[in-house]
Amino acid sequence: MRWLLVAVIAAATTVSDVLQAAAMKRHGEIRDFRPGALGRLLAILARNKLVVASVAAMTVSFFAFIALLSVADLSFAVPATAASYVLETVLAKYLLKEPVTLGRWAGASLVACGVALLSR
Amino acid sequence: MPWRPPRPAPVTSRLRLKTRLFTALVILTSVCGNFSLGWGMRQVGRLLTISPLAYMRAVVNPWVALGISLLILWLFSHMTLLSWADLSYVLPVTSIGYVLSALAGKLFLHEEISRWRWAGILLIAAGVALVARTAPHRAGGVSMSRGAAS
Repeated sequence: MRWLLVAVIAAATTVSDVLQAAAMKRHGEIRDFRPGALGRLLAILARNKLVVASVAAMTVSFFAFIALLSVADLSFAVPATAASYVLETVLAKYLLKEPVTLGRWAGASLVACGVALLSR
Repeated sequence: MPWRPPRPAPVTSRLRLKTRLFTALVILTSVCGNFSLGWGMRQVGRLLTISPLAYMRAVVNPWVALGISLLILWLFSHMTLLSWADLSYVLPVTSIGYVLSALAGKLFLHEEISRWRWAGILLIAAGVALVARTAPHRAGGVSMSRGAAS
């Protein structure tokens, strides 16, 4: 049961992050931080299908996460996110066409190993 | 004439400041949000059901509600950061939050940090340092650090 929840969390987080990144890349850099502009931005993003799908995936991940927290420590919930680092970096390169340099690969791998060690 | 690596696109100091500001906000909201959720779920108790009523009971716990509010704030700052920075940059750099969570557990909840955990903390910090040296956005896709640009 625990590992099923971990798998759901990892998959849903990955989907959510990649959709969110794709949506925001298309939108472009946010420059105007005045309240009115932020309100208009919110209205635009709420109608964006990628953002809506991303929030839906995040909701699945959230409820699986609190279900996991109710039966396990925070330190058990952590390794779920370790696998998603490498997976998301791969998707960032091939799906989002990001320039993943050697430094970024090395960094993501170090972080994934470090997160896995945190659970011990 | 010797080959020279292509020059990275200029990262303006304004963009650098914005990146630092929003990275800090993303880290702060996720660390405090997860801490608050973990604390609240200890009070709520076991939750292994698909009954919506049980989840509603969890959501009205004040710590869980605070955690959710912080995660909504996290969502907005994360989306703002992703509007100019790459996912492959944001993800590793914000992972320093795990280190802060572990340290918060030691300081506030008096949890033990084993040798393995210290090793994990060091690896994460090294990974974050590596990625933080690359340019955050795709226009400046070439790494700013000569060591990692090969």
